[in-house]
Amino acid sequence: MNTLLEIEGVSKRFGAVIANENISLTVKGGEILALLGENGAGKSTLVKAVFGLVRPDSGTIKIDGIVMESSDTAAAIARGVGMVHQHFQLVPVMSVTENLILGDEPKRFGVLNIKRARAEVLSLSEKYGLEVDPDAIIEDLPVGMAQRVEILKALRRDVKLLILDEPTAVLTPQETDELLEVLRNLAKRGVGILFITHKLREVMAVADRIAVLRDGKLMGTTTPKESSESKLAQMMVGREVVLRVEKGPGKPKEVLLAVRNLKVIDDRKLEAVRDLSLEVHAGEILGIAGVEGNGQRELVEAICSMRPRSSGEVMVKGQVIPNLSPRAAHLAGVSHIPEDREKHGLVTSYSIADNLVLNRFDQAPFANGWIRNLEKVANNGEALVEKFDIRAPNASLSADSLSGGNKQKVVVARELSQQLDVVVASQPTRGIDVGSIEFIHNQLISARDAGAAVLLVSAELDEILSLADRIAVISNGKIVATFGSKEADRNTIGRLMAGLAS
Amino acid sequence: MKLRTSHYITLAFLVVFTYFYRKDGLVATSVLYTAIQFALPLALAAMVGVMCERTGVVNIGIEGTMLFSAFTAFFAGAIMKDTVQGMFVGVFTGAMMGLLLALMAVSWKMNQIIAGVIINILAAGITSFYYRQNYSIPATLHPIDLPVVGAWPILGPVLSFHGPITYFGILFILALWFALYKTSWGLRSRAVGEQPASADTAGVSVTRLRYMNVTIAGAVGGLAGSYLALEAVGIFERGFTAGKGFTALAIMIFGRWNPLGALAAALFFGLTQAVTNQLMIDEVVEIPPQFITMLPYILTILVLAISAGKVRPPAAEGIAYEKEKS
Ligand SMILES: Nc1ncnc2c1ncn2[C@@H]1O[C@H](COP(=O)(O)OP(=O)(O)OP(=O)(O)O)[C@@H](O)[C@H]1O
Ligand SMILES: [Mg+2]
Repeated sequence: MNTLLEIEGVSKRFGAVIANENISLTVKGGEILALLGENGAGKSTLVKAVFGLVRPDSGTIKIDGIVMESSDTAAAIARGVGMVHQHFQLVPVMSVTENLILGDEPKRFGVLNIKRARAEVLSLSEKYGLEVDPDAIIEDLPVGMAQRVEILKALRRDVKLLILDEPTAVLTPQETDELLEVLRNLAKRGVGILFITHKLREVMAVADRIAVLRDGKLMGTTTPKESSESKLAQMMVGREVVLRVEKGPGKPKEVLLAVRNLKVIDDRKLEAVRDLSLEVHAGEILGIAGVEGNGQRELVEAICSMRPRSSGEVMVKGQVIPNLSPRAAHLAGVSHIPEDREKHGLVTSYSIADNLVLNRFDQAPFANGWIRNLEKVANNGEALVEKFDIRAPNASLSADSLSGGNKQKVVVARELSQQLDVVVASQPTRGIDVGSIEFIHNQLISARDAGAAVLLVSAELDEILSLADRIAVISNGKIVATFGSKEADRNTIGRLMAGLAS
Repeated sequence: MKLRTSHYITLAFLVVFTYFYRKDGLVATSVLYTAIQFALPLALAAMVGVMCERTGVVNIGIEGTMLFSAFTAFFAGAIMKDTVQGMFVGVFTGAMMGLLLALMAVSWKMNQIIAGVIINILAAGITSFYYRQNYSIPATLHPIDLPVVGAWPILGPVLSFHGPITYFGILFILALWFALYKTSWGLRSRAVGEQPASADTAGVSVTRLRYMNVTIAGAVGGLAGSYLALEAVGIFERGFTAGKGFTALAIMIFGRWNPLGALAAALFFGLTQAVTNQLMIDEVVEIPPQFITMLPYILTILVLAISAGKVRPPAAEGIAYEKEKS
């Protein structure tokens, strides 16, 4: 097959950070190249350079043998490059249809043909098995749904080279399988695919070749046949990674978090959590397993008082948490790792250090009365950046400049570095590299061992199975079954999650 | 704009009409006619704001754009002894002011508030320095007697016999509404104003669209200035626009960045002024004239206070787009 994409000696610096250093790579038509690397290794930077979003300092990028003008997205699109962005490039206030057609609208004399656009969206969504509501407004959508829109947007245009930057981070396992199937079919038709993911299973399943980046440098390329998950992990991180969680048995004590007869309405004004009750004890991890969109998000937001509870109550250490006061929940001892770190976890224009004290900037030692103690804030920032291995030259940079996974680590660092009573962790390892997953898992376990009650919500059944001491299955806004970690069985839980009676 | 608000505004017109009609039918229609005249420059100026802010550029230089355009329109008209040519000069001046703003805000990525202030100061300075007395234009732009509508009872005298800029302006506002919501240009413009990075990744050139829209908006501001000098009064004086360009920003917000909403809001402003004027003429109320001049500003503050927090501006307004900061 012909060489579709040639990256030759591309380098890119951001201030003191070398994001890409002399990288050369090729992708042939019909080939799936998986790009692996730790958070901050430079994967997104490299593919953004291909798409004309980042201007490399040196090196050339050729598509079909033609050198691409750097920093020209429209030209890249015209040459048949499509990209699924790690940070969704969707306009929040617009509908799914409007977002999908933006830039290449069905029209006559400039007037949009919305009917045709809508029909096109429906057939597109059917063709690729990615279900979307063409009229939904993006900002009302859960991330998984937004991800599907982002993928469809790239598939809509006839692409020759498809770049996918962590497309599966927020997809359900079934959706992931379907997407991988779509990718295989596209490759059969001669499309070249550049695929970024942190999930080694996917790489082994779908890649023809694998390229590994570390600290901006290309460590080498390999194939699934020649390597294994643990070899890949080692190549990425540069040390051995324990892919399985090691933990002792939990020692549950008194109830720290109690949810009683909770009812919550979602954004579409439907009842998303229906009369749900649960208890989490000190020293245990309760995992909530469930297919995304079954009320997990609303449950978490109601516990953290970010969303009104229409009835029922949430108690922390026996104390009732008032409705709609995230601060009261925080002061009562609830740490929250939100699902959407960009929206609820960070102020991206603030510095990393400020983001690390976002929920306690006004408390000692970070403030004396009205005056902030900036030195303490800075020291705390540096210490946490070090401890949580956040890849940034220093903590005074704005959170904007962090890679996707490192943003997530900032949130985790902030929430797990305070006095821990109740930890509500929603998809805590989404978009995080294998090395850091290991680290975050260990942090959650040590929080548990130190006597915190941990509520873990994850779309990854494996994550739940390996971390939780008890597992509650949520379906349609209700807890349909609870298991101890010993009795838990993959198949039974899978059936319950799908809403089938066991 | 919610239908309810436009209902209120229609109701206001009806109440005003009935009030004056009970005394004198002619006065009633003339108050409404004047309301349209007061409203038009505000509405056009608000369109400048809508077009700019919808693509993410804050334009507080509308006042200066109008003032400078009114100035060039008037003196060009007077020197060339041709009001229509004067109008074209005014529109062209506005477009150049728009281009200047685009240059500062889009290319130089200057703080957009400061860029707007520069335009206002520039306009105020130049127009008062070069101001000369004893110039006059041959005539104001000719009013148009609308064929069928003009003969209607009551509505006829309200709607007919306005100048060409008025009719063109209203058509433009309707067209802008259509373009903003129903064409690909509108979709792209709104996307650029909300999330320029998304538009960019979809192959839409943020820079080009912002340049284009801000420049066209400037031309519209030039038309509003020409209206004041050539159609409404036929004179020019220092500080001639008297804050209309700022009031227009309030109208834009009140109209939720929607052309029709802003038109309705402008009509409401116009009506308030026309009524106060009439009440003074009738000597129903004795208000010192200073208070009358204050009226638009007080109204502006009230309107902003009412709509504050309830409206959501385009998310990217005021922020220069930098490619590598996603
Ligand atoms: N706009 C920017 N300004 C400053 N630094 C940046 C910018 N974009 C990226 N960086 C830095 O470049 C490095 C590489 O970032 P990149 O986003 O390419 O990582 P990544 O491999 O995609 O990581 P992840 O898996 O977390 O998405 C990081 O250290 C990041 O902090
Ligand atoms: Mg990335």
